[in-house]
Amino acid sequence: MDFELIYTAFPKILGGLDKTIILALASLSIGIILAVIIALAELSRYSIIKNVAKGYVYLFRSTPLLIQIFLIYYGSGQFHNFLDSIGLWMFFKDAWFCAILALSLNTGAYTSQIIRGAIETVPFGSIEAAYAIGMTKLKAFTRIIFPIAIRIALPAYGNEVILMVKSTSLASTITIMEITGVSKKIIAMTYQPIEVFMIAGFIYLMLNFILTQLMVILERYLMRHTY
Amino acid sequence: MKKIIQSLIILSFLAANFYGSAFAATVKIATEGAYAPYNFKDAAGNLVGFEVDLAKMLCEKAKLKCEIVEQPWDGIIPSLVAKKYDAIMAGMSITAERQKTISFSRSYSTEPLRFAVLKSNSLAKMDVASKYLSLPKLDSGEKKSIMEIKKAMQGKVVGVQTSTTHEAFMKKYLPEIALKSYDTMDNMLLDLEAKRIDAGFTAISSIKPAMEKNNTIMEVGPSVTGGILGQGVGVGLRKEDTDLRNKFSSAIESMMKDGSLQKLSVKWFGFDTAPRN
Amino acid sequence: MDLSLLGWGNSGWLDEFSIGMVMTFSVSIVAFIISLFFGVVFANFKLSSYRSLRIFGNVYTTVLRGIPELLVIYLFFFGGGALLRSIASALFGYDGYIDLPVFIIGALCIGLSSGAYSTEVIRGAILSVRKGQLEAAYSVGMSRRQVAIRILFPQAARYALPGLGNIWQFVLKDTSLISIVGFVEIIRVATLGAGSTKQPFLFYFIALLLFLFLAWISQRVFYRIEAWSKKGEKSLQ
Repeated sequence: MDFELIYTAFPKILGGLDKTIILALASLSIGIILAVIIALAELSRYSIIKNVAKGYVYLFRSTPLLIQIFLIYYGSGQFHNFLDSIGLWMFFKDAWFCAILALSLNTGAYTSQIIRGAIETVPFGSIEAAYAIGMTKLKAFTRIIFPIAIRIALPAYGNEVILMVKSTSLASTITIMEITGVSKKIIAMTYQPIEVFMIAGFIYLMLNFILTQLMVILERYLMRHTY
Repeated sequence: MKKIIQSLIILSFLAANFYGSAFAATVKIATEGAYAPYNFKDAAGNLVGFEVDLAKMLCEKAKLKCEIVEQPWDGIIPSLVAKKYDAIMAGMSITAERQKTISFSRSYSTEPLRFAVLKSNSLAKMDVASKYLSLPKLDSGEKKSIMEIKKAMQGKVVGVQTSTTHEAFMKKYLPEIALKSYDTMDNMLLDLEAKRIDAGFTAISSIKPAMEKNNTIMEVGPSVTGGILGQGVGVGLRKEDTDLRNKFSSAIESMMKDGSLQKLSVKWFGFDTAPRN
Repeated sequence: MDLSLLGWGNSGWLDEFSIGMVMTFSVSIVAFIISLFFGVVFANFKLSSYRSLRIFGNVYTTVLRGIPELLVIYLFFFGGGALLRSIASALFGYDGYIDLPVFIIGALCIGLSSGAYSTEVIRGAILSVRKGQLEAAYSVGMSRRQVAIRILFPQAARYALPGLGNIWQFVLKDTSLISIVGFVEIIRVATLGAGSTKQPFLFYFIALLLFLFLAWISQRVFYRIEAWSKKGEKSLQ
């Protein structure tokens, strides 16, 4: 065990933490909005909307995130003239934009299934009761169905959050130097993967531990009326 | 069950052993396969390039039985030290930094580095007084040129391949300029063409074929050689394999004398990269 | 768009893609088996009556579910050989080169990572076998081994199937990460093709389609297996 390496490499790898957090937070926030829209679209009465939503979910859940990232980043580069002419290249030019776009679309697809599943398991009695006291459809959704569904979805969503933190490591393949990117660089320079792995692994575990605790607190807060 | 596990363990050790030593008599040469025209892959999936041809010719001259294997650039040195293969021919420059870990044959190719830019980029008109920068000792004119480059590149992004002498140069001499590191040269060139980076800093042998494929790419700025960039490209070898090193070195010498090295480099690069001495 | 790039043979990339697909599939199979192996072992650890085994099982699932697969791949790819060699030289005094092929390293990494998820699936399945079933088996005089093979395993396998189907899809997608350390599967072929032809969109799009195809086939196969596994279940229809 090379303690000197651990001592010198730790701050360097920790320097990638902010990028990992930004990637995760940005794509989780965009992803959850997307997921709600997709989940509602999947429950829609119109078959076109339903099928588009289903197709999107199928595409993003059945293919590797790595290829989604490569397709968005390097694939868009092939059409930079076209994208420039419609004013979109300024976004696609940025590796950050591409990474967050890919991660958001990906988590959006997974999260939509968690939300849809939760909405479908909301007890029918509570929906009937809401209508019975004269709530409109919208009111019943925002006041009854959605709050109950969120509570049902929370544990599964907690897992998705952890998966997303792990997925941000793929941003390193398109030049973003987050924790894994920095680690790989140090491994390639020092050829001492075990020490570097321990540092990076420790940082990821800590990050995920904190996130898990936050989810538990959130869960407790939302469940406070349950018993 | 216990017996099965035991025999599986023994079997896997045997297999690993076999994997390592079955070709002990052949010299295994590693190359990257993504650094055209030194080494790359054609549509048939075969490794081709200057170094692939050169390796065959050198082995013939040195009467060695050789096999070329593919290895990603990251980890190419540690795997040599770990005896996964016996030599590296992957456009690897001979540098003092690398010589701490491995040794090199004499060089078989020397060429300067330059900036590759798109003709449409403002850097295409970058005006630098010196045509050459010979590291490590810079005269006052060359120092002035570095300042000129810094000025022209303010706010620009330069791409390099990660863990290369190219990256080392940028970090040492032009640290103010934003740098993007790529895993392969191929990916860097894709991003240059897509205008994600304003310039790429690399060997002119990489720029030339890119220019041929895409006439909007051009090279600019001084030709940089020496110092931190190393003394040309050589065969990377383990320190203790002095015998193999001598064989490679003398084979290269003899190819330089009979002119075949020059010919081969013209075939692949379009110009002569053979060392002068 | 130059479609001759998609031909078979020396000028086209279709044959490379086919080989890539076979490699993706075969490395996934090996990784899946490894994943199941780790899943069974650690699920038993987690359900063990020994505290130390339970802790060990928990550490495994917590660590491997919390660390990116890519990082695990870098560790094994750059460090696995060195570890193996130091063991070999310590035990047998062997100082030549030994390393596992990228295929095995890759399958091991993916198997190890997804094994953490398999553990949870298998643990859940074992727990959902009703206690009465096991008690009944013991009461008719079956040995522990017989109970495990004849009663516990067939039922737990049935409960685990949907979860394992998800793990298979997960493994299939995760093998793409081995391309980053040079293993030639679908994505690696696409990357090489993209670099060589300067048509990244075309090549990555084909890779995407190939993965969709593999996912679709797997889905159908698992659907069949699930239907078959349920044929012994009582139903009211």
